[in-house]
This record gives sequence, structure tokens and C-alpha cells, in this order.
Amino acid sequence: MNLTLKIWRQNGSQDKGRMVDYQVSDISKDMSFLEMMDVLNEQIINKGEEPVAFDHDCREGICGMCSMHINGEAHGPDKGITTCQLHMRSFKDGDTITIEPFRAKAFPVIKDLVVDRSSFERIQQAGGYISVNTSGNTQDANAIPIDKHAADKAMDAATCIGCGACVASCKNASAMLFVGAKVSQYALLPQGQVEAVDRVKNMVAQMDLEGFGNCTNTGACEVECPKGISLENIARLNREYFKANVKG
Amino acid sequence: MSGFFNSSIGRKYAMALSAFFLMIFIVQHFAINILSVFNPDAFNEISHFMGTNPLVQFGLQPILLFGVIFHFVMGFILEIRNRNARSVKYVRNNGAANATWMSRNMIWSGGFILIFLVIHFIDFWFPEINTKFIQGDMSGLLPNGDYRYYEELTHKFVPIWRVALYCVGFVFLSLHLLHGFSSAFQSVGANNKYTRGLKGFGKAYAILIPLGFIFIALFHHFNH
Repeated sequence: MNLTLKIWRQNGSQDKGRMVDYQVSDISKDMSFLEMMDVLNEQIINKGEEPVAFDHDCREGICGMCSMHINGEAHGPDKGITTCQLHMRSFKDGDTITIEPFRAKAFPVIKDLVVDRSSFERIQQAGGYISVNTSGNTQDANAIPIDKHAADKAMDAATCIGCGACVASCKNASAMLFVGAKVSQYALLPQGQVEAVDRVKNMVAQMDLEGFGNCTNTGACEVECPKGISLENIARLNREYFKANVKG
Repeated sequence: MSGFFNSSIGRKYAMALSAFFLMIFIVQHFAINILSVFNPDAFNEISHFMGTNPLVQFGLQPILLFGVIFHFVMGFILEIRNRNARSVKYVRNNGAANATWMSRNMIWSGGFILIFLVIHFIDFWFPEINTKFIQGDMSGLLPNGDYRYYEELTHKFVPIWRVALYCVGFVFLSLHLLHGFSSAFQSVGANNKYTRGLKGFGKAYAILIPLGFIFIALFHHFNH
């Protein structure tokens, strides 16, 4: 396959940034998208130029590091996958592919396609945890009976890998699917009840502080989420936040 | 709870609650207006009651006005905040791949509804306030002794340009409600086994109520 790539190049957070065109040839349809990017970077390095910076780590859809906005969609045109799971068979010979970083005020660009998603970390630090006494008398988690239905929903919410596709896809750059998933995975379990009020209040306060937009329920986040996190989690977040404020 | 309404989720609740109120009001407005087609006398009677009853005029009407203004002002404030949350726009963004046109353009459908409402107020509400509270005529009667409400309504829908304008206004109301109805429930945390049915009901509501208003405008245009 011969392709034209339009890639966002930005030399550091202070640079204005611009789209740059590249040509790549002899790309196998069996390559992953990131392997295609590796080929491009080899080509750029051989010319003595600066390679395109992009995030990646596990390359098997687990770590949530890859974060490209491809042809107008987070993680590209295929559903339920991360960028590293996207394969070149999803494109045609002669295609022009536009590649941009995830865009949000709360995700500032570090370089080229690499964005700073530490705002997610700060939201997690604000309450996305449970406090457990590890002094030696820790109770076995399995000793607490949990309804299967609730356990399944909590596990579904816990599959969020924090990649930020929800923010990137949302027209408002809202992080509510991420926060909804993180609040839900604890709200559904007895272990999460002790800190439930403070957790949701602190995480929402941090989310607002980071500059994410307001959710308007377009559902784009749910469609683009590589892990299929449901909008039910945003509804649960809304309920939990209301309950927490009523309780004080 | 003051902190609640300053938060992003609190604002969602506030938008949803004002939306619920306005959606109930629209049903009530339609129920009265459709009487003008089937029973003009009943339409006159109930219009006179609504227009002169102190509880409606000085209790419900100010709440309604507040609800309308709040929904628009909060909607525009949220839109500005949301646009600021993505200061650098995508060069290429395929919004249609993951969300409906209605959900992505609530500010536009809402903006056109606001323009329609201003015209609607100039057509009906301001003259009504002038007659009742400036000229002091609370009788609701024409010089010939008949009620004026039905006559005024049918007279307004004689010019085709006004009928066309109202039809366009209701199309935008329909587009707004097609997303807004179910969105309001999601905003207050109602997403459960009834959501699918609720979405279906919401779609029917969003199509049938504006269609009913369009029918009323067309009926009076072609029958008078």
C-alpha cells in the first residue's frame, strides 16, 4: 500500500504546531498502525530528520498509552480497539490518513502526537482508591459476599484503561466517562462504600479543576471507547454525586 | 448544595430539571391549542381562564419565564465553557461517526428555538400583556361580545410567511427534543432497564408534539 500521511508536528508545548505531509510506500495490510508509524519514522531518521513522537507501550490494547486521532476519530475508524490494535487492512491503497494528537485543554501536547494525560492521574489521586488496613489483619476480599450482577458491572467499569479516547471524542472534551467508570467500579462494591461520599465529590472537583468540558450526553465517548465503557457509568456518577451532596 | 450547582454535574441536573419543566409545559400548551381545532368554545374558555387566573398569571407564569430564560442562559454558558475545553480544534473531525447530528448541534437548534420564541412572544404574549395589564381590559371579549382568543389565533395564521416560520420553528423544536428528551433523564442519573422504552417514548414525543403544533398552524391557515 502507498499512503499519504498528514501528521500533526509540534516541537514542544510552546510551539504552535502544523500539519506535515509524508509519503509511505510498500506498507503491508497486515501491519499494525503503529508498525506503519515505525516504518515512517525509520524513513524520516534515514533522511536525518526528527522522527514523529507518539505514545505506545504494550501494543496489545491494555496499557492505554497510544492516543492518536486518526481520520477524525479517536483510535481510528474501527470500533472497540486502541490505535495499536488498528491494522492497515482498515485502509486502502492510495488513502490519505490524517493523524492528530488527542485534543483537549486538559491534555496539552508535549510533542507531536504525545499528550500529557496526567490530569487523569490527578483525578484518580483525588479519590479513585479504597483505603485498606495492611497491618497483617487484612480481611480476604473474597470473604465479603458480592452480588454477581454488581460484581460484573464493577468489573466492566474497571476495564477502563484511561486512554482518554472519551475526552478526545467528546465534542466538549468531557472526562465524565472516565470518571464515571472509576467511581462506578468502587460504588458497586461494598469495599467502596466507606469513602463513597468523599470519593465522588473529590474526583468531580478535580475533574472540573482540570478544565474538562461538561457532558451533553452525545454518547460519542461510549462509541469510541476501546473497552466499551457504557454511558450507564456516567448516569451512576451523576446519581452518586447527587447522593453525596445530599448527605453533605 | 450551593457547591453542587456550581459543579459540572450540578449544572447538568439544573439543565435537565428546567428541561423537564419545559417539556411538561409544551404538552399543556399543545393540549390547549389543539382545542382550537376541535372545540373553539372550549379553547376560548380555557384561554380566558389561563389568561386571567391570578395563580396562573402571577404564580405559574413567572416560574415559566424563569425556566425558559434559565434554560437558554445556562445552555449558552455551558456551550462557551465546553468550547473553551478544546482550545485547539481538530483539523479533521468525524463527529457523525459516533454521535447524532441532533446531539452535536443542540446549541444551534436551541438558538433557532430562541429566535422563534422571540417572534412568538411578539405575536401573542406581548399583545396579551398589553391588552390585560396596560390597557386594563381583562374581559377577554371582542366589541361584539364574543371571546377574542380564537379570533386572534386564527387571524395570526392567515399570512403564509408566519405559518412557514412557525413550521420551521417546530422542526427545530423537534430536532432539539430528539436528543434533549432522553438526555435529560441521563443527566439526572436515570439509565436503567426502562431507558430503551423511554428513548422510544422520547422520540415519539419529539416528533408528535411539534407535528401537532404544525398541524394547528396549517389547519387555521387553510380554514380561514
